[in-house]
Amino acid sequence: MENFLWIIPAAPLAAFIVTILFGRTYLKQNSHWLGIIGVGISWVLSIVTFTQVFSLEKGQALNNRLFTWMDTGRYDFDALQFNVGINLRADHLTAMMLLVVTTVGLLVHIYSTGYMHGEAGYYRFFSYLPLFVFSMLMLVLADNYLLLFVFWEAVGMCSYFLIGYYFRRDSANNAAMKAFWTNRVGDVGFGLGTMLVWTTFGTFQYTEVFRLLEEKTGTGEVGKGLITAICLLLFCGAVGKSAQFPLHVWLPDAMEGPTPVSALIHAATMVTAGIYLVARSYPLYDLSPTARTVVACVGIFTAFMAATIGLVQRDIKRVLAYSTVSQLGFMCFALGVGAYIPALFHLMTHAFFKGLMFLGSGSVIHGMHEEQDLFKMGGLRKHMPITAYTFLIGAIAIAGVPPLAGFWSKDEIIASTWRAGYPWITVIAIFTAGLTAFYMFRLYFLAFEGKERFDHEHVHPHESPPAMTWPLIILAVPSLVIGALVGLPPDEGKIHEFLGKAVSMDALEAFPKLSEETTYIFFAISTAVALAGIGLAYLMYIRKAPNPVTIGERFHALWAFLWHKWYFDELYNAVFVQGTKALGNGLWIVDVKVVDGFVNGLAQTVNRGSGRLRRVQTGFVANYALAITLGAVLIVGIYLLTRGNIIDQLFG
Amino acid sequence: MTNFPLLSVLLYLPAVVALAMLFVPNMSAQTVKYLALGTAIVCFVLSLIVVFSATNSAALQWEENINWLPDIGLRYHLGTDGLSTLFILLTTLSSIIAIVASWDSITTNIKAYYVTFLLLMTGMLGVFTTFDLVLFYVFWELVLIPMALIIGVWGSANRVYSAIKFFLFTLAGSLLMLVGIVVLYTEYFNRTGTRTTDLLLIAKESPNFSMTLQLWTFASFFIAFAIKVPMFPVHTWLPDAHGDAPTPGSVILAAVLLKMGGYGMIRFNLTMFPQAAREFAGPVLTLSVIAIVYGALVAMVQPDMKKLVAYSSVTHMGFVTLGIFSFNPQGFQGAAMQMFSHGLVTGGLFLCVGVLYERAHTRQISAFGGIATWMPNYAGVFMVFMLASLGLPGLSGFIGEYLSTLAAFRLDNKLYASITMFVVIFAAVYMMWMYKRVIFGEPREEHKNFPDLTPVELSTLVPLILATLFVGIYPTPLMHLLTPVINVLLAPIVGGGGIASLP
Amino acid sequence: MAQGGRGMQPALEWYLVLSAILFVTGLMGVLTRRNVLVIFMSVEMMLNAVNISLIAFGRALNSSTGQIFALFVITVAAAEAAVGLAIVIAVARRQDTVDVGQLGTLRE
Repeated sequence: MENFLWIIPAAPLAAFIVTILFGRTYLKQNSHWLGIIGVGISWVLSIVTFTQVFSLEKGQALNNRLFTWMDTGRYDFDALQFNVGINLRADHLTAMMLLVVTTVGLLVHIYSTGYMHGEAGYYRFFSYLPLFVFSMLMLVLADNYLLLFVFWEAVGMCSYFLIGYYFRRDSANNAAMKAFWTNRVGDVGFGLGTMLVWTTFGTFQYTEVFRLLEEKTGTGEVGKGLITAICLLLFCGAVGKSAQFPLHVWLPDAMEGPTPVSALIHAATMVTAGIYLVARSYPLYDLSPTARTVVACVGIFTAFMAATIGLVQRDIKRVLAYSTVSQLGFMCFALGVGAYIPALFHLMTHAFFKGLMFLGSGSVIHGMHEEQDLFKMGGLRKHMPITAYTFLIGAIAIAGVPPLAGFWSKDEIIASTWRAGYPWITVIAIFTAGLTAFYMFRLYFLAFEGKERFDHEHVHPHESPPAMTWPLIILAVPSLVIGALVGLPPDEGKIHEFLGKAVSMDALEAFPKLSEETTYIFFAISTAVALAGIGLAYLMYIRKAPNPVTIGERFHALWAFLWHKWYFDELYNAVFVQGTKALGNGLWIVDVKVVDGFVNGLAQTVNRGSGRLRRVQTGFVANYALAITLGAVLIVGIYLLTRGNIIDQLFG
Repeated sequence: MTNFPLLSVLLYLPAVVALAMLFVPNMSAQTVKYLALGTAIVCFVLSLIVVFSATNSAALQWEENINWLPDIGLRYHLGTDGLSTLFILLTTLSSIIAIVASWDSITTNIKAYYVTFLLLMTGMLGVFTTFDLVLFYVFWELVLIPMALIIGVWGSANRVYSAIKFFLFTLAGSLLMLVGIVVLYTEYFNRTGTRTTDLLLIAKESPNFSMTLQLWTFASFFIAFAIKVPMFPVHTWLPDAHGDAPTPGSVILAAVLLKMGGYGMIRFNLTMFPQAAREFAGPVLTLSVIAIVYGALVAMVQPDMKKLVAYSSVTHMGFVTLGIFSFNPQGFQGAAMQMFSHGLVTGGLFLCVGVLYERAHTRQISAFGGIATWMPNYAGVFMVFMLASLGLPGLSGFIGEYLSTLAAFRLDNKLYASITMFVVIFAAVYMMWMYKRVIFGEPREEHKNFPDLTPVELSTLVPLILATLFVGIYPTPLMHLLTPVINVLLAPIVGGGGIASLP
Repeated sequence: MAQGGRGMQPALEWYLVLSAILFVTGLMGVLTRRNVLVIFMSVEMMLNAVNISLIAFGRALNSSTGQIFALFVITVAAAEAAVGLAIVIAVARRQDTVDVGQLGTLRE
């Protein structure tokens, strides 16, 4: 009964193929139907998969083997065998990801029919979108690292297509390329990581790798250093895809894409692939505390940095983008401290409420005639109530106010960090959580409450069509209630029971459990910090006391530092972009002047020499005849003078 | 197999047709074109027979071994194994594509062009099927002249310079090879008292030659092949040749001629001198990595699309030598796949550049922009080749690059693989940047009249796309073709210690 | 006269001298004249000079090789004359001259 797995990715793939081939000429404004049907099929089958996986025990999974992709053959002289199959595997982790991807994917498809209505490239949009869903589904269904890598790159490609969807706009093209290139930097590490996995274990398959890992560390054949190297290399990929420092720079620019894309790819699904990768490889990370420390440090730094940048941005989508980077940082350091299940839970809740907020921001932009500047909005709640209230639910959820989804996952991450013995990270995380609450409500207040700052002459805000509001309402539901999956204390809840069958938290469990009082203290702190952030935002942006403008002027240097995103783009541009260009130009000159110049110089020397020799060839028969005669006379003369002895002397 | 001389038929059919064309006066251009196309298609069908009759053993298929000039020991020895089969397929396939690509783009001296092209086909097929050194040399040189003519007569601006450069570079290499052949011939005679130039016979005896002799003869063959590949620093003919060749010429040059170098290294250098090959591995690997990085960096700043693709060829072929000289099965498979895929992808890229050249008569990147608005189908097709060239998984480029890098990663020195892996970034940079400047952006009025792809152009590009997808998604059949060859080839290089014993 | 006794014949040297004179005459013609037809005839004269010496040697050494050789030379010379004259005529038609000093098309 598990051989249906292949249909889950195949349905959107089929939709892609038909739409890209026939969309422009035949389907046109009906192009969305195939995508919706395809992803709908995937969604239904994902639910089926989920229910089937639900009853499985730890370590069990649904398998669907398709065909051999690469096989370099078996040889007597080679102990390793390279044989990679396109095989699908669905365990509990995959089942959860499938649900998230197809649910958000389907809603975004429906939403886009409204948002993208009338666009010239409608068919293009609705062929890339299913292609992305296909790649993402394959990414989570893959049963080995190489296949994961393949679709890791494939989702990157889809992201490139979709960010650059408005291909006439230069900024969109640049953002698309930047996203792809930055991701590729991470993929260098990931690619090498897959190679190291294979040379170490002789296979790419997760289950085989983890089985051999136990075996080989038991015998001491595989040491700590090797495992740390594998973990760090794989993590490079995660850093790129999940926009962690120092490769976070692409995600905010990726907002150049249409808003539904930002919601699906750059908030809910693709960017979480890095988290998925690390969680998937947890047996490796469990064995390498060094690697986990690196993961944790990168995560917390990213979370903090992105949150500070988010404080001052004016573009509604950019604020959300930095918030995404920050939340991914949260997941990342959760992984680092060994709290895999809270990280994955946060991944899921984040997918819903961040997807919701992005779609909400899309609805705002749609209603405001493509205006994205927060300071040109205000008071929109009256004009677009559904958008405003659903957005508010998302904002409360991400701010971490109980009992909404985000509170539970974030609080559990913070408590786990404390438990794993990282007090500093805990403190920064709590502070960052406060910042999150602040900038989210800054966004909410600036956009939906207060004075209407837009130009009433030209802008007439209106609520979006039902195709766009219904997905918002549907997404608001899990944002509200998904917290119920968590029990009290959290690690006895449903989510732990389910995900505990896919990943185990041995690294974290090695530390003593937090006492009940400590748990409640963290509850209190989290709630207090969230409320403080919201309160401050209310004071500053509704009451104008203290006035944000005066604060910005007083701390101008700090403001500029944050406004310029810590100057990362400027730094990278100066060092890497200009450096590479200069190197390329330099080498080109070397190529033409030195490498080729040597050959051409040789040719010229020969040419000059032969130019002189050429004069001998006068072209007059008489000259040649004279030369022949003289030559003959000379030879005969020598012969006669030496009386033939010269022949003897020369040839013995 | 049967005794039917399939290979000879395949080999000489184009030459016979070419001669027939020469002797029939007043043949119309249409007839010439259809005759050439028909010949190429028949050759393709014949090559499919070769492909589907391939077996799991390393023994030669369709072997023809005739005593040709017994006094000096020359034999007419043809045959195919998995490696040859792969390249025969590539040759016949890309010949069809090139002929169709010539259909409208070659407008002068039409008959002479197709005669030259058909002779070139015979030469290329001969290179991939002979197992006698002298016969190989003859075909090797036979390829050289038509190609130089195609560049020199039907090329663009600087064509004569480029043609001569191409000719001299290759000739310098092949003369060295000729010296090597003579040395082998005499040494074999001195040792055994038999005169022969048969590859397989010499390969049996050559490990007993003195090491110095092995090293020198290895070098003489290797330089000839390295120029053809081309490896750094003898690559400089390639950008010029590609820059000035007509589109179909570039297609064949990239798809087949460069592969003759890689094929020669495997077929001759490694078969005859396994020991010397190990000695040379270090420098060759270093040069390969240099070529990979260098080609990518220089490609990035090219203002001319064709030269950009040419420099990207230097990078791609660097993966081939990297894979071969890593001496493990993944490397060989990677090298072979890389060569096959490079033929498809770079061929496709040159066709794409040619499409624009036909319309705008320039290849400068700066002359274009916003083409996607006027030519959406073209933009899509170009996108596929662009992505395949930068090594996107699922398309053919990835297979070879990944396997070759993996092969290098298996060496003790991880630096080779690490540096190589970094180039995937640059590959993405130069390809996407070029694509963006040409295809994306605000549409320009001056390109308004550019028609989208014509049926003829589509008929060259679509098969290449399908082949690229096929190799990317299901390369296993091609890999299985090579497995027996690798088994025979690698065992003497690896020696008794297994792969792990290699440095 | 007696029936061709040996003593009656001129010595080999005379033939050789004749041959040498003819050869040098031809040579001087080739070297000094500019009309291609004259050069051509001079070449023929040189060939015939060689023929004489070949036959004379053959006779003196009592071997038929010399005569066979001479026959070959005559045959080849005839063929050569045919081709050569054809070229000369073609050139004369095209260039309107048979002066080698003015025929420089193949020089470059």
